[in-house]
Amino acid sequence: MITSAMIFGLCGAAVIGIGLYGFVIHRNLLRRVLAFNVIGSGIFLLFGAMGYRSPILGADPVPQALIITGIVVALSATALAVALVVAYARATGQSTLPEDGAEHKTEDKADER
Amino acid sequence: MSEMLPLLIFLSAFLPAIITFFLPQPAYGWRNGLNLGGATLALALVVYMLWSVSNGAIYETRFNLVPGLYFLLRVDELSLLFMTLSVSLWFITTLYAIAYFGTKPNLSRFFGFFSLCIAATIGIALSGTLITFFIFFEMLTLSTWPLVVHKQNKESLAAGLSYLRYALPGSVALLVAIVWLNSAIGPIEFSQPVNLQALDDTSLRIIFALFIMGLGVKAALIPLHGWLPRAMAAPAPVSSLLHAVAVVKAGAFGIIRVVHDVFGVNLMVELGVGLILALLASATIIWGSIRALQQEEIKKRLAFSTVSQVSYIVLGVALAGPYAAIGALAHLVHQGLMKITLFFCAGIYAERAEIIRIDALNGIGTRMPWTSVSFTLGAIGMIGLPPMAGFISKYYLGLGALEAGQSWVIAILAISTLLNAAYFLPMIYRIWFLDAPKASSVPEISTLKHPLSEGSLTLVGPAVVTAFAALAVGLFAGAPTSPLSWATLIVERNDTP
Amino acid sequence: MNGELALVLVATLPLVGALLTVLFGLRGGFIALAVAASISIALFVLILDVAQGGVIEIAVGGWEAPLGITLRADGLALAFLTMSALVMVAVILFAQGGFAPRTIAGKMVEKRASYAFWPLALLLWAALNAIFLSRDLFNIYVGLEMLTLAAMALVAIGGKAESIAAAMRCMMFALLGSLLYLLGVSLLYAAHGTLDIDQIFARTTTANADFVAAGLITAGLLLKTALFPFHAWLPPAHSNAPAPASAMLSALVPKASFYILLRFWFEAVPDLANQAVMWFLGGLGALAILFGSLMALRQMRLKLIIAYSTVAQIGYLFLVFPLAGGDYSAQPWATNAWSAASFHAISHGLAKAAMFLCAGLWIVAVGHDRLDGMKGLAQAMPMTTFAFVLAAMTLIGLPPSGGFTAKYLMLSAAFSAGDIIWVVILVAGGLLSAAYLYRPIAFVFERKALQTTVFVSHRLQAIPLILALAATLLGLASNIPFELLQIGRPFASSGEME
Repeated sequence: MITSAMIFGLCGAAVIGIGLYGFVIHRNLLRRVLAFNVIGSGIFLLFGAMGYRSPILGADPVPQALIITGIVVALSATALAVALVVAYARATGQSTLPEDGAEHKTEDKADER
Repeated sequence: MSEMLPLLIFLSAFLPAIITFFLPQPAYGWRNGLNLGGATLALALVVYMLWSVSNGAIYETRFNLVPGLYFLLRVDELSLLFMTLSVSLWFITTLYAIAYFGTKPNLSRFFGFFSLCIAATIGIALSGTLITFFIFFEMLTLSTWPLVVHKQNKESLAAGLSYLRYALPGSVALLVAIVWLNSAIGPIEFSQPVNLQALDDTSLRIIFALFIMGLGVKAALIPLHGWLPRAMAAPAPVSSLLHAVAVVKAGAFGIIRVVHDVFGVNLMVELGVGLILALLASATIIWGSIRALQQEEIKKRLAFSTVSQVSYIVLGVALAGPYAAIGALAHLVHQGLMKITLFFCAGIYAERAEIIRIDALNGIGTRMPWTSVSFTLGAIGMIGLPPMAGFISKYYLGLGALEAGQSWVIAILAISTLLNAAYFLPMIYRIWFLDAPKASSVPEISTLKHPLSEGSLTLVGPAVVTAFAALAVGLFAGAPTSPLSWATLIVERNDTP
Repeated sequence: MNGELALVLVATLPLVGALLTVLFGLRGGFIALAVAASISIALFVLILDVAQGGVIEIAVGGWEAPLGITLRADGLALAFLTMSALVMVAVILFAQGGFAPRTIAGKMVEKRASYAFWPLALLLWAALNAIFLSRDLFNIYVGLEMLTLAAMALVAIGGKAESIAAAMRCMMFALLGSLLYLLGVSLLYAAHGTLDIDQIFARTTTANADFVAAGLITAGLLLKTALFPFHAWLPPAHSNAPAPASAMLSALVPKASFYILLRFWFEAVPDLANQAVMWFLGGLGALAILFGSLMALRQMRLKLIIAYSTVAQIGYLFLVFPLAGGDYSAQPWATNAWSAASFHAISHGLAKAAMFLCAGLWIVAVGHDRLDGMKGLAQAMPMTTFAFVLAAMTLIGLPPSGGFTAKYLMLSAAFSAGDIIWVVILVAGGLLSAAYLYRPIAFVFERKALQTTVFVSHRLQAIPLILALAATLLGLASNIPFELLQIGRPFASSGEME
């Protein structure tokens, strides 16, 4: 019998998959941050689905508590990431990271400390 | 109190070193006083310990590093031999260095590392376990590197790099050997019997080879000697210290410890590594002398001579037998005295008369008599002519060779003596029997800076003192306080069946 | 003050301090210093209490696991807490002048730095303490996230384009790591209904999901520890941050995720630690040592050398897994390997922080960190040079130093176990680190009269010197830390070091 939890779980897995795909395909920083959020949401969905006990007992509340904490953490991370993206765009006018190793070519002038 | 005594001697060199680093350049009085004071204190402590150890006293400082790994400073007869040499020569070399440098820059840095180097040597002498020995051995490498690169010019830095390139892999070999032994049979104390049964012969041979590799770098065994001639880029007090007291002797001392107190002479013979070591030492003796012949600079020739001479000690150790051991131990002291004399003189020649090359020595004897007499005495001792100290040690080594049944060693000793003569006698001939060149005829040779004064008392004095000490040690070798007698005492007390 | 109160203070004071520095921005430096002092005192009391009375454990809010969170102070936790405290105090002292608010109007970058540095530093400390004390995997996740966010912000604090790019790049890795970790944690919870380390250890069934979960958690943590081959984000991040930030980043941040790995594989799921996994981790560590050292040899910027050195040194830590993990945990040499990893983590933390602070001072003096422009600095700043050389000694593993003790213990364990390959790796690593650390020292020692040097006060120069001396002292006074580490250690075998 397919329980509702199973559907949620499968959805969660699908969302994670979509997020991963988005992360790999896109190079635009904002889209990558978005992809992370999607993956995160998928994980939370999965987590919530795992709280399924029998229909009589009701769901396990602990995963829900963990999800809430997780959302807060994801929010802070997203905020920082977006701030960095904006700052980066302001500094360089780019919205994608340069190729690997390009950062090494510039030297460390007197630190701003 | 007896627990603190070994630590105290170490501190009498270590603390002045640390304080000296903080002294500003113009604080001549403080710096000289501090270092000489430390040397005097150390000397006094050593004399005290000499007296009490000969009466059977034991001094130990011990503490745990981690469970099973402990730090041990122990005074025994062998450590006293090495320590007496180091500490007395420290005092003399400090006087010499003060006069040699005068008002040159970076003196606090120099004397700081100088005393630190001596502290490390004292630590090596006093080490009671392999791991303690290793710690101080490394400390020696690290404190001598700044001395080698002291002048900070291209040549010095290259010399320093070469030194590290040899010393660090060597230390790795040493560490691997020590850890291997410790993990197989537990912590190793030099004064306790060591049971090597747990390891098979091949492992023991490899461990022995690793030890020799690690110690042989400092002891300048070929092919690990390459750093030593290059280290001549350092100032003369450093070369004297390195070649007579600290580095090379530490390597030789380490080999003595490993052979006598870790493996045991009998096991060394059984494994067959004793013969190989003897061959290696002999090859070094001959090769060092040949290379010395080819040199045209005084210090370089002396450097190769050291390569050759320190291997006498290793040879004596490799030949199982009390006479050879006595010869080796005595030569530790004798070679120290003679070589430091020669290097002192080389430094005086360079500083006062700008003589770097051998062919510039012509006729210097009349203008710098004291230095030249000391140089001659040192050279004669190196060749091994009686009554100088060098003769005594060679004689015992020869006896030891016969005793061990390795008569070919006598041939090696003979060839080496001839080679020594071949590269020292011409120098003596030039000094005394050739006329000084006119300034105009040979353009590269510069005139004396101060044609009337040979050098200050503290510059020339040390060379004279050590030269006559080498003479005395040879003349009065039979006296109960001579290095030879002390060497005999060591061998008698520690004769392992 | 008893131990439990001290534990609570150690966990919460940094958070309180961070809030205070946000409220009173202008006094940020002073508040940070006061908080640092208080935390140090609390930590000292805690150490004394644990040394006498054994492990201290509290359940937050009185709620026991699995619903509640347990905080525990045992030997390992204390060791890492002490390391963090020492480094943080040094960094806060060091940054007092540099991050003071400027009165020059219009200089946006400096204002931001002085406003943001203190809270971020204290949040980093709070995160570290939370991770070191927690016994709950999700609580550790929260701490880990806080650590990552604070660290990333510190990377970007300078405001330069390279810093921001570096911060972005490491955010990518770090976020991916967090997500993998979270996924693993959720799988574990689904299988066993608890996230407390001790309760996971005591579980009676081993589901297949456990392997997957362990794999995901490990992968996530490896990304955060910058172990080879996931190290690409570390060198640009650490080399582009200002010196005090780099010190915190290199010395402390990777240690936290390593610590979690240690707890996980040694205390939560030791039964899953089969030889293949342990050797895999050790193998990655060996590759990190080799690769990091080789890359460090090629760099011409000092901060990049130090950053790649971190990549290499982290590899050493992972040798604990093949030597003390899984089947070996009951062997007598496991104690040595396990203690070696802790000694190495602590001495590396102290020495690396010292090195970055020295680099920072040199950069102030000459204006850049290119090697060929640093000739003559040994003459001009002997104290800093000495601190750098001492720190290098620990990293190379020369005696006496904490790094040497760690190397010795690890070598001894490798020999006892008969796995000579680790001996070769350790030895090669030591020689390579000597090679890449010699280069900056040689440049600095070359004789050259420097034209323009900004004077650096002796008080500032003393800070890295003290850190480096502490790392050296760890090698001499190593018995006490060794004994302390063993308190509360799981499966402590009775075998002494051979």
